[in-house]
Amino acid sequence: MTSLQELMGSAFLPVWTLVKILVIVVPLILCVAYLTLAERKVIGYMQLRIGPNRVGPLGLFQPFADTLKLLVKEIIIPAGSSRFLFVLAPVLSIAPALVAWAVIPFSPGLVLANVNAGLLFIMAITSMGVYGVIIAGWASNSKYAFLGSLRSAAQIVSYEIAMGFALVGVLMAAGSLNLVDIVNGQKGGILYWYWLPLLPMFIVYFIAAVAETNRAPFDVAEGESEIVAGFHVEYSGMAFAVFFLAEYANMILVSTLAVIMFLGGWAAPFNVVPFTYLPPLFWLVSKVACVLFMFLWLRATFPRYRYDQIMRLGWKVFIPVTLVWLVVIGAIMQTRFGYLVH
Amino acid sequence: MKRFKSFVNSWFLIEMLKGLAVTGRYLFARKITVQFPEERTPLSPRFRGLHALRRYPNGEERCIACKLCEAVCPAMAITIESEQRSDGSRRTTRYDIDLSKCIFCGFCEESCPVDSIVETNIFDYHGEKHSDLYYTKPMLLAIGDKYEAQIALDRTKDAPYR
Repeated sequence: MTSLQELMGSAFLPVWTLVKILVIVVPLILCVAYLTLAERKVIGYMQLRIGPNRVGPLGLFQPFADTLKLLVKEIIIPAGSSRFLFVLAPVLSIAPALVAWAVIPFSPGLVLANVNAGLLFIMAITSMGVYGVIIAGWASNSKYAFLGSLRSAAQIVSYEIAMGFALVGVLMAAGSLNLVDIVNGQKGGILYWYWLPLLPMFIVYFIAAVAETNRAPFDVAEGESEIVAGFHVEYSGMAFAVFFLAEYANMILVSTLAVIMFLGGWAAPFNVVPFTYLPPLFWLVSKVACVLFMFLWLRATFPRYRYDQIMRLGWKVFIPVTLVWLVVIGAIMQTRFGYLVH
Repeated sequence: MKRFKSFVNSWFLIEMLKGLAVTGRYLFARKITVQFPEERTPLSPRFRGLHALRRYPNGEERCIACKLCEAVCPAMAITIESEQRSDGSRRTTRYDIDLSKCIFCGFCEESCPVDSIVETNIFDYHGEKHSDLYYTKPMLLAIGDKYEAQIALDRTKDAPYR
């Protein structure tokens, strides 16, 4: 390592950072690719179908076939669109979905940037994602895209509040904004993870996460039956694929956050021998996979919410629930039962 | 009490969980997908697919150019021209079916007095341009020649119900 450092001189730091970024982003993109396949398979199975199974063994090369198709397709830029913003929008939606991974701890020592305000960073970055959607809808100069982006903007902004409050609960319990500290605060097995003392928060966070990522049953931004495909209706080829990538990368991101905040991160569920032998990364990945499966399960089960119902749920149910539970946690922490929360 | 029940139902997501349980069960249920090119569902002998013109066993074409099929065709997909042969019999010189117009109602087959025009159980044919779906007399006769065994079998199977 040090010899490499001497060899490259001042170029070492940027190159080394780039390598670290690639080590995170490339597997992430692969996960996204296989998440799309998993989604089609799981939803297919729940609908008594078997999903894609023609490309490669068990359809395992399907994501590559899809990518290739999207890559060779033409990117059509509508004549009435704002060209610069039209091209910028997909970039704006994928960038936050990838940037947020900088502070995600994968296992005890494996984190790109162990910042103290990690949770704050995540909240700040993920709220940037909505700009991609708004700009896409605006730049397309299409009524469906515009309606979709309006809906999406209102929805994401509303649910971000509930999501933020749910995370405030976590930081009260952990006493830290640092994601590594939050995970370390949940040591000791499944009963010590924050999902138990913060159960309402966990549920609110999960549902708000589904809404944040514009996934079914909160996918009014796409709403193919009423506004065609919503904000990305004018996009084709790779520009569309980038939106798609951003949606799935966001899904993986919020699932990972759910695991880190509420499900003990990389910690094994039981502190006994067969479980502790497995590497921490395995536990993180398998927990994230379970949460992602919930996303797919929800999509296969529920019809789309009506728009006013989404708003009612966000403002009149989730925000009061989280606020009340914050007070409850605060009160418990002041009594001698405070250890229940920590 | 009723209000309490609905309160519990909504706050503990009872109905949502019930819904999830249903789809969760179906996740493990037996799948009903038919792997099409390798597996096929059984077809009725009355299946109305691609058209064919049949011949008598001696090789003579059945069609006598009565034009009943042309007249009955609701989509006006059939075009027939006829002439008198040297032996005095009337035969078609042109028998075209535009399959892009055809609605596969089977009226042509029903109307045919000599069982010449039939609809076979072939459904997986295709055309790469519009004109590929314009079937002419030689094409229809060739289909009839090729699948005569299957056509005759289907007709015998269906005969008791006609």
